[in-house]
Amino acid sequence: MNILVCVKRVPAPGARINITEDGQQVDTAFLGFTVSPHEECAVEAAVQLVEKHGGEVTVLTLGDVLAEEQLRTAASVGAVKAVLIPIEGMDWDAQRTATAISSAITALEAANGTFDLVLFGNESADSCGYQVGVRAAVKLGRPMVNGAKGIDIADGVATIRRESDAGQELYKLPLPACIGVREGINLPRYPTMKGRLASKKVEIQRTVISAEAGGLQMIQLQRPPERVSNTQILGTGPEAASAVVDLLVELGVFK
Amino acid sequence: MSVLVVVEHDRGTMTPASLGALTAGRNLAKQINTTMEAVTVGANADALSDAISAYGATTVHQAHHAALVDFGPEAWGESVAQVVRKSAPQVVIGCGTDSGHEVIAQVAARLDLPASMNCIEFDAAFDGSQPLRMTRARWGGSLLENAQLDASIKLVTLANHTVEPVEAPTTANVAVVDVELDPSVMHSFVRDRVERVAGVTLATSPVVVSGGRGVGSAEAFGPLEELAGLLGGIVGCSRAVTNNGWRNHTDQVGQTGTRIAPEIYIACGISGAIQHWVGAMASKNILAINTDREANIVTKAGYAVIGDLHKVVPAISEEIRRRRGQ
Repeated sequence: MNILVCVKRVPAPGARINITEDGQQVDTAFLGFTVSPHEECAVEAAVQLVEKHGGEVTVLTLGDVLAEEQLRTAASVGAVKAVLIPIEGMDWDAQRTATAISSAITALEAANGTFDLVLFGNESADSCGYQVGVRAAVKLGRPMVNGAKGIDIADGVATIRRESDAGQELYKLPLPACIGVREGINLPRYPTMKGRLASKKVEIQRTVISAEAGGLQMIQLQRPPERVSNTQILGTGPEAASAVVDLLVELGVFK
Repeated sequence: MSVLVVVEHDRGTMTPASLGALTAGRNLAKQINTTMEAVTVGANADALSDAISAYGATTVHQAHHAALVDFGPEAWGESVAQVVRKSAPQVVIGCGTDSGHEVIAQVAARLDLPASMNCIEFDAAFDGSQPLRMTRARWGGSLLENAQLDASIKLVTLANHTVEPVEAPTTANVAVVDVELDPSVMHSFVRDRVERVAGVTLATSPVVVSGGRGVGSAEAFGPLEELAGLLGGIVGCSRAVTNNGWRNHTDQVGQTGTRIAPEIYIACGISGAIQHWVGAMASKNILAINTDREANIVTKAGYAVIGDLHKVVPAISEEIRRRRGQ
């Protein structure tokens, strides 16, 4: 089976997210970048499905030339083809991104056949828009479920497990289908040295797409009010145990 | 003209997130001098109309179709889209939950409209005619974005827990809408469901004892399990722990794990990176146990013990047993 995974390059923040002086972007001067966590798991899910059922995994992203790093990361753990939709400057909004992705998928499929599955992350770590996958699926006219914590394929049907407040829900989508994956569906593997070397040789196909801007416009980023805590140090080492239990009593959690 | 709230329900039981959305919808409707209306999906939610009018909805649109029994993101999205086309609201507010985002995304895709998720505040100067400005949460709430939604109908979700539900009883008209659902939206209904076993979960436990990279191994979580057990609590962990394979992802507190709000969060050997902090920041009290006085979690916590968790945690359990005379 042929699976496409759409991933996003996002900063990997530590303890604090700083923003640039003009408030337009996260200040990434001292930050590394990563594949957004849900999508890292989507890549792993795709690789596991192909290991079981045969076929190949293609990875796609929309970004500048630096996003090739994330395509190669996916290639180092098992994706064999990589597609970059090159854009310059600021991130595209969700409508524009989904239009570009669905156009790219249509073009790729015209050349190589239909993807049985197109996987997305549940939401991106940085913009948290919760909509690119759904929009792309509707444009492609394919069924879509978000939040997948399990995917099984049998007889042309994807069985999807997801968690809700009520319990565990099962969905069944006929292929071809789109699925939004949640972290926790698996534990992504680390790339092997062989995988890293192979990823350097993967040719990155550039698919230039134009799409119109959508109607949600970012004006400015801001940091939420800092939580200022006058931390009360209860003590140092095991001797603090008594003070801790006093606190538990005071809070009513020790009975 | 109206503000339309998409009511979230589980087989006819309204979710708490809906009450916040209804309250926010009523406030915004008042601001732009219009009425707040609501939409329910499926006849099994018809009985909710009284509870919905208690929050000030003047009309409840009941989307009906024989297939609308259980949740299905595409059928729900298409049903709401048809009600939106019919009632032409200025603003549509959905719940800031996973399924709430999913339904609004489906509505947006089907109507080809922009959508702004996880809004925490709307522009107080909005009068219904101009683009809607709002503040929305990014990075799980650790960064905010001022944004502008320019569309004939503004689709948003309200970040969960940002508006306290307040009743404002009125009498609602009921408008049944028989929606037409194409076979293409019928695939994604819930086919089966395994109900959660009743009991304390990570999300609801009043005490969470959590471990981070500093715990060092899967086995070293034993003393944390013991302390949690003594307090009737649950063990959680950070993403570093999950990534090391020490604990299952279901125990992970954070942006991509579980959001918690316990009475006390005991964070052992956790540095407090953004990814983790946004899942724990709603805790009523935080006790950090860490060797590093400058760790992010220590500076943000209300209480801290400076020391090695491998010695401090067993000492706390010992003290609890001593006071209980065990």
